[in-house]
Amino acid sequence: MISPGLAIPLALWVPLLGCLAIWLLDKSPNLREAATLITGAILFALTVTIFIAVSTGQRPGFQALEVIDGLPIAFQAEPLGALFAVIASGLWLVNSVYSIGYMRAGNEKHQTRFYMSFAVAISAAIGVAYAANLFTLFIFYEVLTLSTFPLVTHKGDEKARRGGRIYLGVLMATSIGLFLPAIVWTYVITGSTDFVEGGLLAQHVEAAGPIVGILLGLYAFGIGKAALMPAHPWLPNAMVAPTPVSAFLHAVAVVKAGVFAILKIVVYIFGIDLLKDTGASIPFMWIAAGSILLASAIAMNQDNLKARLAYSTVSQLSYITLGAMLATSMGVMGGAMQIAAHALGKMTLFMCAGAIYVAHHKTLISEMRGLGRVMPFTFGAFFLGAMSIVGLPPMAGSWPKFFLMLGAADAGQLAIIAVLIVSSIVNVVYLLSIPVQAFYMNPAEEGAKPQGAGGAFIDWGALKEAPILCIAPPMFTAAGVIALFFFIDPLYRFLLPLIGGG
Amino acid sequence: MNLAEQLPVLPVIIPLVAAPITLLLPQGRAPHLWATLISWLTFAVSIALVAMVSDAGVISYHLGDWAPPLGIEYRIDMANALVLALVSGIGAVVFAFAYRSVEREVDPRQSTFFYCAMLICLTGLMGVTITGDAFNIFVFLEISSLSTYALIAMGAKSDRRALTAAFNYLVMGTIGATFFVIGIGLLYQATGTLNLADLHDRLAGQSNRMVEAGFAFIVVGIGLKLAMFPLHLWLPNAYTYAPSAVSAFIAATATKVAVYVLIRFFYSVFGFDFAFVGHAFTYVLLPLGLAGMFIASLVALFQDDVKRMLAYSSVAQIGYMLLGLSFATVEGLTASLVHILNHALMKGALFMAVACVVFRTGSHSIQAFAGLAKRMPVTTWAFILSGLSLIGVPLTVGFISKWYLLTAAFAAGHGYAAFLIVASSLIAMVYIGRVAEMMLLREPPSEGPYAAAKEAPMSMLIPMWVLVAANIYFGVRTDLTGDLAVRAAEALMLVAGGAP
Repeated sequence: MISPGLAIPLALWVPLLGCLAIWLLDKSPNLREAATLITGAILFALTVTIFIAVSTGQRPGFQALEVIDGLPIAFQAEPLGALFAVIASGLWLVNSVYSIGYMRAGNEKHQTRFYMSFAVAISAAIGVAYAANLFTLFIFYEVLTLSTFPLVTHKGDEKARRGGRIYLGVLMATSIGLFLPAIVWTYVITGSTDFVEGGLLAQHVEAAGPIVGILLGLYAFGIGKAALMPAHPWLPNAMVAPTPVSAFLHAVAVVKAGVFAILKIVVYIFGIDLLKDTGASIPFMWIAAGSILLASAIAMNQDNLKARLAYSTVSQLSYITLGAMLATSMGVMGGAMQIAAHALGKMTLFMCAGAIYVAHHKTLISEMRGLGRVMPFTFGAFFLGAMSIVGLPPMAGSWPKFFLMLGAADAGQLAIIAVLIVSSIVNVVYLLSIPVQAFYMNPAEEGAKPQGAGGAFIDWGALKEAPILCIAPPMFTAAGVIALFFFIDPLYRFLLPLIGGG
Repeated sequence: MNLAEQLPVLPVIIPLVAAPITLLLPQGRAPHLWATLISWLTFAVSIALVAMVSDAGVISYHLGDWAPPLGIEYRIDMANALVLALVSGIGAVVFAFAYRSVEREVDPRQSTFFYCAMLICLTGLMGVTITGDAFNIFVFLEISSLSTYALIAMGAKSDRRALTAAFNYLVMGTIGATFFVIGIGLLYQATGTLNLADLHDRLAGQSNRMVEAGFAFIVVGIGLKLAMFPLHLWLPNAYTYAPSAVSAFIAATATKVAVYVLIRFFYSVFGFDFAFVGHAFTYVLLPLGLAGMFIASLVALFQDDVKRMLAYSSVAQIGYMLLGLSFATVEGLTASLVHILNHALMKGALFMAVACVVFRTGSHSIQAFAGLAKRMPVTTWAFILSGLSLIGVPLTVGFISKWYLLTAAFAAGHGYAAFLIVASSLIAMVYIGRVAEMMLLREPPSEGPYAAAKEAPMSMLIPMWVLVAANIYFGVRTDLTGDLAVRAAEALMLVAGGAP
């Protein structure tokens, strides 16, 4: 067994070595994909090692080098980061299987570049997860942006270029324009950027007190990956990417790196108590609530499935921001759980969308009526994922909503509970309607025969499913959504140190 | 007399003596090899000087053994030791890089003159930096400027507009030099000395019209030389039409040396006892620095010529340096000095990448960059990495500059300036992004003049990547740049007399 201290640098380097291997194996696709899968497996084992170590109370870490005085590149695993790393590496492995099915079925070009960019991106996500200070987090945050740019513009046509421009433009503009000054400001006030239990700024209240609200705003909007409105336009535009990219990066790694950073900054830079005492987070709590409802409303009007899922992601990410801004321990707990639950649920939905595209080349929801009868497995998984996003038991997604409501009650913000309820109802309308229409309605095209003719609801003989590599992964994550519902107690206890318990 | 004692004079003497010898060499490879050898030698001596200053403190060398203030003194402290190392280091890289590029862009009959002029230019820049004598600064400034005029004019083989660009620069540069020498004359009138350290002592308490006028003339004169917005009008054409290797060399060195001279006069000659120094900071350098950062960046955004775009970007980057030194704090001055070094690294590498493109396509128009990622991947990535450095992405020197500058702005209570700095970097992101998108996401042309482009030769790629690697190395390790710059800034602040 590798020691947890060694596992962190290894977890950063292994994907980069994998990237090198992928590049060298350019000419033989099977070996190349094997390199991705082996890298993914090793990485997952490493992050699990660290996760177990953290659960026993260890805080493994190391310092790579000190760039400027008080500004080291350093890593340390704590519960939130260890959780994010396990989710990211585990789902990368699942997604790699899916990518192989999707990319080969679609005969996509530049597959080597695709897998290489993925490997660099996952290394950056791991770096974000284990960063011991804001400076390190910022470095890997930017690497993540840049390494995913080739993935977003993968198709290389004018639409992809436009999407890529907005993607890079919004993410870089917010991070350099707001996030970086916020980090420097924090550094000037405190002389450090370290994540400290109880909050770094909480130790320098005299200097930081008056500007807590301004700093929090800089962080909230500067971390564009959290897609808090109005910093969200990059996310719908990133949907020009192939679906595996949307499934993994724009439902898991990239967006979760954003909300993870927000949670981490609220807990370890500001400190929940500082925010509670100053009330600085209240305006941002309302902005997050507005973002939840507004993005849902936009999602409802999208006929393109991926666009609808993208706006749903914007809405769901704001749950996490909301949890942080409630400035209560239950809110933070809900936010942290939402990172895990939403990752599983939304990735399922995206992978299903990709499977539908691969099998039937359909992207519009209105064209998917009746499709459930020939793709029961895909739409079944979609149904489970959607249930989780809505927050219905026995799906993992119900827990974060529960804890967020507790947190809102603790904070005395009863209106927020109403927002959460309304949002769930809207989710039912725009997410659950998709599999329901697919199963129960007849195809929209005129003259098309009603599917499943002959009385049977599903004609098992006439299935037109996507390749097995495209349907097994979403079914796996859909099962994960149910499993996580029952294993929430260990997760809760694992995350307790985050809010000062445990 | 041993060599170590004479070391301080060598960075000037070596290229000065070598320059005329170049003319005696046969045309072809020889002048280039000779000039490269000399530039490497100069660099080695400069590094030795940095080490000496770092260990033993300020070095004072009396030329011809005439004691200052009557004789000329070479005075090397941490600040100019760093600039010496920078100028000769860039020289060492660009000289090595130049051969193929010059072969293509300069009339072969002029090649010996070209390398001779390059060495004279190097001499002048080193001399300006090393000397502790005000009039000597003027002499060396003219040596470097005159050779630069000639070098820019040699771009006429590719584009006749190089001639008018050189002439414009000649006029503006001469006005600048004249202002500078008038300023020095007035100070001499007031004090009877030309030695910088002596000037500082004798100026103390002399706040009269003559000194004020001298100060104003010097600031405007140097302002012209360093292309302080709005005195930058000579620069875009000069950088655009000069032979590419010359653009790389002067963009990375000439304006930086002028900024150093400005720092020297503000901090070491005048100091904060003079109220007008504080006023110049608050009412001239700060607003002009900010204006330059924005206006020049915005102009760069609309350039379809990549060299011209980089030239306007240089004007904007000089704004950062002026901003840093106008804070009048150790942090601000450190930021300025660090950015002098770092900007030279990134702009040198960017201009060299453009030189590679010009070498293969014959054009520096943005159209020539279409699809180059496929045809010239090594050059493309050099451009993109140094472009990221210009934007200020972490792990590059540009980030280090920005970090120092932002901390200085917040610490000096100029929080708004911090946001203006990052906003201006975002404009840099857009104009670099335009070129990067052209190279990465467009299909290479299958016909037309740019269709035959292939990767640049090794003799160009290796020196270019040395600079790119420096962009990354010094972006991760700051003990050579940042730490020494802090020491330089502290020493300068001590002489200047604390906060104004």
